[in-house]
Amino acid sequence: MKKAPLAKRKKGEAWRKTIKGRRAIAILITFALLIPIGIIFVMPFIVMVSTALKPLNQVFAFPPRLIPETPQWQNFPDGWYGYGYVDFTTCTWNSLKITVNNIIGNLVSCTLAAYAFARLKARGKNLLFAIVLATMLLPNEALVVPQYVLFNRFGWLDTHLPLMVPPWFGWPFFIFLLRQFFMTIPEELIDAAKIDGAGHARILLQIFVPLSKPALATLAIFAFIGNWNSFFGPLLYLRSPDVQTLPVCLVQYQGAYGNTDWHLMMAVATIAVIPVLLIFIFGQRYFVEGIATSGVKG
Amino acid sequence: MLRRYFPAISASARREERIFYLFILPWLIGLVVFNAGPVLGMLGLSFTDWRISLDNLQFIGLDNYAKLVDDPIFWVSVGNTLYIVVGRVVFGTAFALFLAILLNQKVPGIPFFRAVYYLPTVTAGVAVALVWIWIFNPRLGILNYSLKQIGITGPPWIYSSTWVKPSLILMSLFQVGPNMIILLAGLQGVPKELYESAEIDGAGNWAKFRNVTLPMLSPVLFFVIIISVVSSFQNFTEIRVMTEGGPGESSNVLIWYLWENAFIFLQLGVAAAVAWIMFVILMALTGLQFRLGRRWVFYEA
Repeated sequence: MKKAPLAKRKKGEAWRKTIKGRRAIAILITFALLIPIGIIFVMPFIVMVSTALKPLNQVFAFPPRLIPETPQWQNFPDGWYGYGYVDFTTCTWNSLKITVNNIIGNLVSCTLAAYAFARLKARGKNLLFAIVLATMLLPNEALVVPQYVLFNRFGWLDTHLPLMVPPWFGWPFFIFLLRQFFMTIPEELIDAAKIDGAGHARILLQIFVPLSKPALATLAIFAFIGNWNSFFGPLLYLRSPDVQTLPVCLVQYQGAYGNTDWHLMMAVATIAVIPVLLIFIFGQRYFVEGIATSGVKG
Repeated sequence: MLRRYFPAISASARREERIFYLFILPWLIGLVVFNAGPVLGMLGLSFTDWRISLDNLQFIGLDNYAKLVDDPIFWVSVGNTLYIVVGRVVFGTAFALFLAILLNQKVPGIPFFRAVYYLPTVTAGVAVALVWIWIFNPRLGILNYSLKQIGITGPPWIYSSTWVKPSLILMSLFQVGPNMIILLAGLQGVPKELYESAEIDGAGNWAKFRNVTLPMLSPVLFFVIIISVVSSFQNFTEIRVMTEGGPGESSNVLIWYLWENAFIFLQLGVAAAVAWIMFVILMALTGLQFRLGRRWVFYEA
């Protein structure tokens, strides 16, 4: 007789005090925070896409509607081809060319340097590695004035060379990241290859590169996003319309029409963001591991 | 010094050393040509009356630096930079830590939320800066519309000299992705035993956070703060796309001041002086990171 109400009460008031109950409440609170923050984080995208799909007269409608009445898919081709001198096809092609070149350049030069720092003995190595670490945090913006002079001297202004040549000469952050990864490859593998008479070039190509695919993928993703979004360099070095990159094109679009054709501008902005979005979604795992390594395991 | 770094070695070691230098050669050339050379050149040019051409440069000593000290706008831009750096570091780090703790909870769906929270960081650039102009629109933007729904009349955001800097800081909170991930990895590295023994001692959640999590996380937190400071200097895209230093000079930060002097006013000698000052600040920060975070930076896991 007495057991029934006790059990009932346990389910009611005291339930919150049991381990299971406390756990359930903790999960609820966590989700009550996770979900709204997530919505806020994607809000800029929602605004971008929804504006891109509105007719002009609805862009300025108040109160703002998140879901357009009838999606205007025509905004995408209209924005893309709409204006004579901002040629998005050329800009996109330029961005793609520079990005792919820079990914390959970074991977090649950084793999070589990282292998040397991780696996080869040499006098002066510690000092040089200290320089890698010291320059790792230095943003390019601090060097832009003298580099501009340098590239001017080389006759490289208004070409893609100032953007496409330096990546073949290493990037401290990537060298550091790859070196950390190379350090974890077991010594026995190298010894076995050495007994077989393999030189360092072969060890690097046949053992390190295949084993480091995740790390290399991480770098490729970083490089893709960094170069695709890059704005400062292209704005500085490029003048003629036919050499511009996508971010610069977007800004010209903004300047040219006094911010009035918002629906078309957002349509083009959406297109510009899609490649980054795809790369991020498919490469997410590598991305997160790479960043965690840079900060903690370093 | 030289003997310390270059002791005598055997022939096979010398061969390995040659390969080492061959492999790092691209980086070494890049360091000299694209970094060290320009930095030294910049120092030299900051002592000249350089405007457009490099011919007939006059040595003018510290005049460019004196010009900076006398230019009220330079000091405004220093103040604005400090404002934004402090705001981004304080709010950005606290927010990143909050998100990292949230993502460290054992609930289903965490990888999904982690990706969503990271998303605005990878898409940071001109396209998204354009969207933010629209979000910040005082009359028609979604931000003030949302505030109105809960009974708040929103400020004019980037269109007001009081609110433009808080607006930029607010916007930067959407880009705390890397800091969040680094702190999350740091949280996951705190040994479980420490929490268990704290629980045995009767510590509550706050006490555990205060006495276990924070001290264990301090090196990571320090690293995050340093990279936040450095990245706060790099906000050129937002300034160029959204405010162009305005209204008035209220969002004129050092990088914009440098850009204007170099490529709009063509005062390249002055710009070189600004660039040199920025370079010294950034290197000092890296040095600080080295000294205080040394054990942990060099430690190979």
